[in-house]
Amino acid sequence: MFVTQAFAQDGEATGSAQTTAPGVPGAVHQGTVAHTEHKEGFPPFNPEYFPSQILWLAITFGVFYWLLKNVIMPRIGGILENRRDRIALDLEAAERMRSDADEAEAAYEQELAEARNRAHSIAHEAKESARSDAEKERKRLDGELDKKLEEAQARIAGVKGSALAEVDQIARDVTDTILREVASIEASQDEIANAVAQAGR
Amino acid sequence: MAYDPIDPIHQFQIFRIVPIKIGSWDFSFTNSALFMVLTVAVTAGFLYYTTRGRGLVPSRGQSITELSYEFTANMLRDAAGTAGMKFFPFVFSIFMFVLVANLFGMMPYFFTVTSHLIVTFALAMLVISVVVVYGLMKHGLHFFHLFVPPGVPAALLPLVVLIEVVSFLSRPVSLSVRLFANMLAGHITLKVFAGFIVSLSALGTLGILGSILPLAMVVALTALEFLVAALQAYVFAVLTCMYLNDAIHPGH
Repeated sequence: MFVTQAFAQDGEATGSAQTTAPGVPGAVHQGTVAHTEHKEGFPPFNPEYFPSQILWLAITFGVFYWLLKNVIMPRIGGILENRRDRIALDLEAAERMRSDADEAEAAYEQELAEARNRAHSIAHEAKESARSDAEKERKRLDGELDKKLEEAQARIAGVKGSALAEVDQIARDVTDTILREVASIEASQDEIANAVAQAGR
Repeated sequence: MAYDPIDPIHQFQIFRIVPIKIGSWDFSFTNSALFMVLTVAVTAGFLYYTTRGRGLVPSRGQSITELSYEFTANMLRDAAGTAGMKFFPFVFSIFMFVLVANLFGMMPYFFTVTSHLIVTFALAMLVISVVVVYGLMKHGLHFFHLFVPPGVPAALLPLVVLIEVVSFLSRPVSLSVRLFANMLAGHITLKVFAGFIVSLSALGTLGILGSILPLAMVVALTALEFLVAALQAYVFAVLTCMYLNDAIHPGH
């Protein structure tokens, strides 16, 4: 059964209408089919439907081409174009933002450096002014001390002068007393003064 | 028309659905025409429907549409350069039509439009006509430099020109026969092996066990046929691009 059918198929495929194995029911059936197909020929080479196929291909492909060209492809192209534009725009925006960030960073760095410089100069100034203040204060104190010293020295000199003057008087009094009590000599005040002055020399 | 389940040729039969006769010409709406209409309707419908959202981020369907669009665009640009892009709608139509017609043929009970030589030949002639007409319009008689390759010794020139002319004339034949024969042979092979399963399993237990082999073959062949269906559509489109390139840049 299987063999005969396969053989019958073979026969059809090559376009020959040989029937095989008479007596087998299936083979007779195959044979009739093969016979009718032989009359029509191998379908793809049957010219009966050529005009119809060409016409319908022309109609359907024509419509397809028109649809694609005028409706569908502009649409797909538009979508892709739109996406490309959008991506380009986004990239541009990203680029711009990055340059903005770079600028901001540079400005920040610069400001930081300026601030650092300013801080340095402020510290320097403060140090300078503190030092000059201290210097001034020191000079003022020096001056005051000098003045006080001078005053003190002047006072010492005055005291010393008055003390020395008093010493003369004491020496005269002592001399007068000694002369009167010990030697019982009455001397005038002028003689005593002269004698003390000579002895002091 | 008697129906035989294991007749491998039956699937290529054409029958009238709406008989139309104009003069002595038979323009009947046949099952072949029906599947041409279906191919166009499904393809155009799919392409139109998937792009309805015009999504910036494409959906799955839109991705398929965009991929096939850019795939064809790159194919044409690679083969024919930027000048060839004016033929993009044409190449895209051909590619999508042949691809979907081939894939439709893989569905059970579906008629394969491209398994008929007249259809593939008509498409091939359309391509060659576009090439010749555009080539003559664009370059005039310079178009025939296509047949005169530069740098050929004068003694050999007649022979070379003859070969070039023959090769040019055989283009529509090779283009159409390649597609037609691939589809036809693949479908016949599939059907024959599937027929073995039916015949073997009628033989009882041993036959059913034996039919596993052709079943495995059919499964493998089906995968192969899907590959062939896509590959042949690609080959058809690539060759179309190359022939168009000849029309755009002849004599190089």
